[in-house]
Amino acid sequence: MIEEEFWNNLKKFTNARIGLRNSGTSIATTDQLRFQLSFAEAKDAVQKELDENLISEQFSRQELPLYYLQSEINNKAEFLYRPDLGRKLNTSSASLLSDLNPLPSDIAFVICDGLSASAIHHHAVRFLSEFMVRNAAYSYSPLAVVRYGRVAIGDEVGFLLKTKLVVVLIGERPGLSTPDSMGIYFTYNPVPGLTDESRNCISNIHNKGLSYAQAAKKLSFLVNESLKRKISGVLLKDKSDDYDLLTP
Amino acid sequence: MAYKYLSGSQTYIFRDLKDLMAKASMLRSGDQLAGIAASTEKERVVAKMLLADVPLKKFLEEHLIAYEEDEVTRLIIDEHDAAAFQSVSHLTVGGFRDWLLSESATSDILKATASGIIPEMAAAVSKIMSIQDMILVASKCEVITRFRNTLGLKGHFSTRLQPNHPFDDLKGIAASVIDGLLKGSGDAVIGINPATDSLKITGELLIMLDALIEKLNIPTQSCVLSHITTTMELVEKGYPVDLTFQSIAGSEKANSCFGINLSMLQEAYEATLGLKRGVLGSNVMYFETGQGSALSANAHHGLDQQTIETRAYGVARKYHPLLINTVVGFIGPEYLFNGKQIIRAGIEDHFCGKLLGLPMGCDVCYTNHAEADQDDMDNLLTLLAAAGCNYIMGVPGADDIMLNYQSTSFNDALYVRRLLGLKPAPEFVKWLSDMKIMNSDFTLSGTRDLTKLINLL
Repeated sequence: MIEEEFWNNLKKFTNARIGLRNSGTSIATTDQLRFQLSFAEAKDAVQKELDENLISEQFSRQELPLYYLQSEINNKAEFLYRPDLGRKLNTSSASLLSDLNPLPSDIAFVICDGLSASAIHHHAVRFLSEFMVRNAAYSYSPLAVVRYGRVAIGDEVGFLLKTKLVVVLIGERPGLSTPDSMGIYFTYNPVPGLTDESRNCISNIHNKGLSYAQAAKKLSFLVNESLKRKISGVLLKDKSDDYDLLTP
Repeated sequence: MAYKYLSGSQTYIFRDLKDLMAKASMLRSGDQLAGIAASTEKERVVAKMLLADVPLKKFLEEHLIAYEEDEVTRLIIDEHDAAAFQSVSHLTVGGFRDWLLSESATSDILKATASGIIPEMAAAVSKIMSIQDMILVASKCEVITRFRNTLGLKGHFSTRLQPNHPFDDLKGIAASVIDGLLKGSGDAVIGINPATDSLKITGELLIMLDALIEKLNIPTQSCVLSHITTTMELVEKGYPVDLTFQSIAGSEKANSCFGINLSMLQEAYEATLGLKRGVLGSNVMYFETGQGSALSANAHHGLDQQTIETRAYGVARKYHPLLINTVVGFIGPEYLFNGKQIIRAGIEDHFCGKLLGLPMGCDVCYTNHAEADQDDMDNLLTLLAAAGCNYIMGVPGADDIMLNYQSTSFNDALYVRRLLGLKPAPEFVKWLSDMKIMNSDFTLSGTRDLTKLINLL
């Protein structure tokens, strides 16, 4: 009795798997199976393919044209062990963008499955609407949706789309408790071959993490700074802000 | 110098010692990604055969990363203990394996030889050893360190209590600490990975852990695993720093990607020693490493990931750490593709570290995008405990909700202690028994005093 009350009190402060019941020195059956369920969800999220029909439907009310692209990767297994190929567009995708001969823009959004297509299915369109409402004054490139994409592929897409700032929405590595977390990365003046220090990141966008409004607010601020100061990456960091936003 | 081997009509050629080491390595995705792995199974075994004939001395002459270019190489070569090396200096890599497995290589002899062995020699011999070879030899090595308790004694098996929280919430972290202590975890260290690099938060975490350890009179030490520069700032400001933590790698360039160099480590080591907070001993550093980190920083100099990992142990050795562990499956499938690769890497890292005289632990872990699961972790955990690993992690339910990966649970440690009759650090055993948390047969006691703990929150 005191035991149950004790753990219920502690569980208010954390989502960690504390107070698991024991069988002998091992974890008791219910908790053991609960863990397996979460693990199965995370594994399924990694294997899940991007659903283009779903995305087209979700984005049907957006005015921007939508283009489906693919990296040099051809299947999920290859995606997991060839990060280098996940950073490059395949030939047909690259020529599709070049042939568009797009008008220069302020911002290009690139939507990548990354390690969790579920994150994109659940959060991409809703986040994007939240951001666009706040930032109607900018000019935007067509939307690019990339299958089997890593973060850095955004730089190539942004370069071909002739944008000042590329913003990548990508499925993050699924955790056991968060199989559908979305991350946002952006680069000013994107060109292929840039590395992590040129980018800024906002992570943990999911139902128990950053809300769409919080993330959109943060990105709006950073995008504005980035376009004004013509920089991105380490030079643009603002750590105190990160913490304020993460505190519930 | 190139190495050649004729098999039937085919000649196998290996450009130099570095190439031979890479090709002799067991298959792993990181070496494939770097384009340095053997292209066939036969090429791999041929490389092992040639490597077995290389004299150990060769590694003192042919530096895999140039002496002039890299301060880690300079550290390894300049600090080499020639007297300790004497007894094995006549051996080839193959002969070294036979000697390690022989009855004449006793615990005491291995201890005396450790400072004569350089990381590249340890890496080379591990490449021609099986998992059972590495377990057997590692189990003969005993590396004892002390701060507020005694870690690494034979027959003992410790845990780092890892109570991470996504927003560094103090109460959330304390809740996980309490859970861990009630399951006998935390004798190696209570160590938090902070979610931010904020000085203020890191300081608050240090103060909380210090108060907790003092109030409950726990014979253990605390650590917030922030960047070394953050920790040094807190040391200067007078915060209660028990151990200084840093992630380290096996080349100067990789370390510089971590924002550190050897003189910073030396300075931090001296500053932490100066605090004199250890009661039983003065091992004050905590390091983490992991295969693939150098390649990921594009700072591997064409070395295979296992060899450059051992060079990180060469860095660690200089600062007499209380704890060092490889975070073996954290990096992801681009470097260690599946359970098989993670298990082999964990056993290699533990073995090489122990051979070099380090208090090796292991974060037995995997990410959800690797081809691995709990069964693989059970295997690695059991093998490491049999090999005499100093410690593993203790994470509530094996699920780290901040770093998003699976490590070992508090119950995992209880299982392996029970299975193999291993105890926590002796001072901690006494505390667990005084607190009525654990019985003398390592089973959990139902009679612990919860109200005492409730009052702390």
